[in-house]
Parts: sequence; structure tokens; C-alpha cells
Amino acid sequence: MSTIGYSNWAVDLANVGPIYPFQGWEWAMVIAAFAFWIIWHIVQIAQENREYAEDKSKGYSKEHANHSIDRY
Amino acid sequence: MGNNLDALTTVFTEFYYWVTVVFMFLIHVGFCMYEVGVSRRRNHMHTLMKNTMVIPTIGITFYLFGWWVYTAFINGPGITGPMNWEAAAASLPWSQTMAPNMQDHITGVFWAAFLLFSWTTASIVSGSIIERMRSGAFWLIAVLVGSFLWILDASWGWHPNGWMVKVLGYHDAYASGVVHAIAGGAALAALIVLGPRIGKFAADGTPRDIPPQNPWLVTIGIFLIYTGFWGFYAACNIPIISPEGIGGQITGATWTATTIYFTPTSLSAITFNFILALCGGMLAVYIISNGDAFWTYSGGLAGIIAASAGNDLYHPIQAFFIGAIVPCIAYKMHYFVERTFKIDDAVGAVAVHGYCGFIGVVVAGFLLWGAPSSPYEGYAAISPWGNFVGAVIMFALGFVPVLIFARLLDAAGLLRVPREVELLGLDYKSHAAYEEAVAAVQQAEKNAA
Repeated sequence: MSTIGYSNWAVDLANVGPIYPFQGWEWAMVIAAFAFWIIWHIVQIAQENREYAEDKSKGYSKEHANHSIDRY
Repeated sequence: MGNNLDALTTVFTEFYYWVTVVFMFLIHVGFCMYEVGVSRRRNHMHTLMKNTMVIPTIGITFYLFGWWVYTAFINGPGITGPMNWEAAAASLPWSQTMAPNMQDHITGVFWAAFLLFSWTTASIVSGSIIERMRSGAFWLIAVLVGSFLWILDASWGWHPNGWMVKVLGYHDAYASGVVHAIAGGAALAALIVLGPRIGKFAADGTPRDIPPQNPWLVTIGIFLIYTGFWGFYAACNIPIISPEGIGGQITGATWTATTIYFTPTSLSAITFNFILALCGGMLAVYIISNGDAFWTYSGGLAGIIAASAGNDLYHPIQAFFIGAIVPCIAYKMHYFVERTFKIDDAVGAVAVHGYCGFIGVVVAGFLLWGAPSSPYEGYAAISPWGNFVGAVIMFALGFVPVLIFARLLDAAGLLRVPREVELLGLDYKSHAAYEEAVAAVQQAEKNAA
């Protein structure tokens, strides 16, 4: 049993192609990667919304704004 | 060099390793920037020099004895055979192949590639102990880690005939355990003995953040480490070799790139996996750290480290998910260890390198289960058990000797800077001289105006 399909290297490399684990499961891996990517953007935007809401509610005042502007 | 093909292969291989050495220098530029950026301004020149002097202290000792260790200890000794005196003789500093020799175009560049790994291993420890370890103590620890401990672990588990590969089927192609876990273990041991920086923990044990003097410099330093890491990956491979040259089970006439174990891979394969592991780490740690720049950059590095053990074989999406998940575990462990055991790791080195390296080796044992560890007959296959035991050996080989050595240095009063110096700042004297010189020249200019 070998996850990569080879249990030894007694092979002619001219006849060897893929050597990664779980060949045949590429479709599942691609779906998982797509899902990760999309979920990442959703989570990131939600995080960003929370951060901005907090800055506005706790951080904003004319004085703080002027201080930030002077700090450059 | 015999015929033209031999000559071309030799010259190509020589140039290949030379280029990797140049790239790996960027890792050290990056480490210097990163450590200086994390330190407080009153300590930053000492911090710079502490990391910089890793280069010559390890450079000379790796020439004198470190390189010899790699070949001498492959059997343990006493596990798969005795000390390998005969083969290792060529690596002794008085050997004629450890100098310009027209019959040997490879030793210098191969030695240098390993030297760069030695510098990296020691520099990993350097970041965690900033602002309170005496430079002299650190340089002694650096020589222990960089010119002995890591190269011993490489002899065991990162050599085509190393006993860990033969007996355990240990597989760690890009050094998750061999460099990173051992360095993380060494750093943790040093931190336990050294203690935290003054002010790091409140009276009730709550950790305080000690902000970096220049967070921008820190992140660009890590970005340079990413760049240099490409050289590290390329240097971990044998660029091209024939089946006859390998002398193992591989048949046919197809030349190939291989890992250090002489198992087939390609630069193309590791390029896919390096990049996807980096992406996974950056994406995942960005979210878990709420977009913290330092942790996001560190997360990318941690992702590469976690996937490194099997990046010769993984599918890129497997490398991506390993690069994403393992750094998140390490991030949580960093803060858990900090809170629970009062460990002040200034840069998260134990997490990024130690925990990610350890877990990365274990993951490779599962994902590559049953794959051949070697092209030579009679070697154990890769397995979860073999890689787990290997990971423990790697971490312990850094942790235990450094714990003992740091305690000895501490007992001799050599480990930690005096409390007064820590509060004044390690650069106090040079900074005072600087201010005096500035005042003097300014006064002179005003007098002349």
C-alpha cells in the first residue's frame, strides 16, 4: 500500500508520470480549494466590516481625526 | 571530469549550487532586517550584530568540523554501523578536496549550501532570544546548533544513507524537522532558561505586547526570507543525476532531479508546492490573526515549513491545505505556551519553526504512507510511526543539548545581560557616544555659521 502508487523506486522513470498522493482525487481537492477561496473572501469582508464599525463607533471624534491627520 | 557529458553535468551542478548559495544569503539579510525591526531602538545595533556574527562563527567551525559530522555519523554510530571514518576523511579541514582542487568541482559549493542551512538554523534561534541574551552566549549556542546539532540530525535523517532513513523510512525532503523543528526545539530550551524580557509579563502573569520599533522593516525582512527560501529549496535537491549515478533500483536511461535521498522529484514540482503552501499559510493566518501583518507574513513562512517535509511529492492543493491548517495550530500554540508557561518568544520562532516543523514531519508520514523513502533496497517505507519518531528526535536533538548548555552558561553568569544593561539598552554606550558626537559637530557648525 502506498498513497503515491509506488511502494519502491524499481521503475524506469520514462514510464512514471504523477507521483503525488491520492491520484484520482484531484476533483475533490479542486472543489475544496475553490470552497476555501470563496469562503475566505466572505470571512475577510465580514471581518473588515466589523473592524470599520468598531473604528467608527469607538474611535471617531473630530479630535481623533485631527490627531491622525497631523500624525500624517 | 571524463567525457563531455560528465563535464557539462559537473559544471552545471557546480553552478546550480553556487546560485542557491547566493539566493540563500538573502535569508540572512531578511533575518537581520526582521530582528532589527522587532527589537526596540535602544537594542537594535546589538541585535543586528548578534545575528550578523552567526555568519563567521559558524562559517569557520562548519569548515573545521561541521561538514565532517555530516558523513561521519550516518550510522548513529552504533545503530546501522560504526562511525564512518573513512568516507568522512575527505571532509576533514586538512583534506585536499576541502580546498581548490582541479579533480573536485563540487565539494566547495555543496559545503557552502549546507553552511547556509547551518546559518539559517542558528538564525532561527537568534530572533526568539533578542534583547536579553548576551551575544557571546548566543554565538556559543549558535555554533552548537549550527555546526553540530543540526548537521548531526542531517547525517541521521537527511543523508541518502542516514540511519533514520534506513530504519524509520524518515522522509523530510525540505527540512521541516532537520532544520526547523530542531531550531525550534533549541529556541524553546534557550527561552526556558533565559527567562522573559523585563516588563513582558504583568504581576498577575498577563503577557504584555512589546511592540516592534519598525513593523514595516519586520515584514519586508520576512519577504526577503521568502525570496532566499527559494535558494534553500533548490539547494535541497540534486539537480540532475543518471540512474547509474544513483546506483539504486531505478532502471532505464532517464536522468532526473532528486531529493537529498536520491528519490525522484523535479524543480517544477517543488515550485508548485512552495507557492501553494505559502498561499495557504498567508490566507489562513491573515484571517486567524485579524489581518496582522507580522503574523500574516510569518504564516506564509510557517506554511512553507509545514509542507516542506513532503513537498517533493505532495499535490499542490495538499501543500496548500497543509500550509493553511498547520500554521493556525502553531499560532494558537504560541499564545497558549506564552500564557501558560510564561515563555517570551519575541518573534514566534518556536511556533513558526518548531511546532510547524514537527507537525509537518508527522503529516508527511501520513500523507506519504507506504511510499519508498529511498531508491535503495532494504530501506523502510515512509510511515506515520517512522516520521513521528523522527520528528521527536529532531525536536529533542535541539531541545535537550541546548537546555543543558544554556543552564551551564547561566550558572557561569554568561547567559543573560545584567538587569541594569537591559534597562539602559544594549546600545547604551554606543548611543551615548553617538549623541555626544552629534552635539559636538552641531555646536561646531553653529559656531561657524
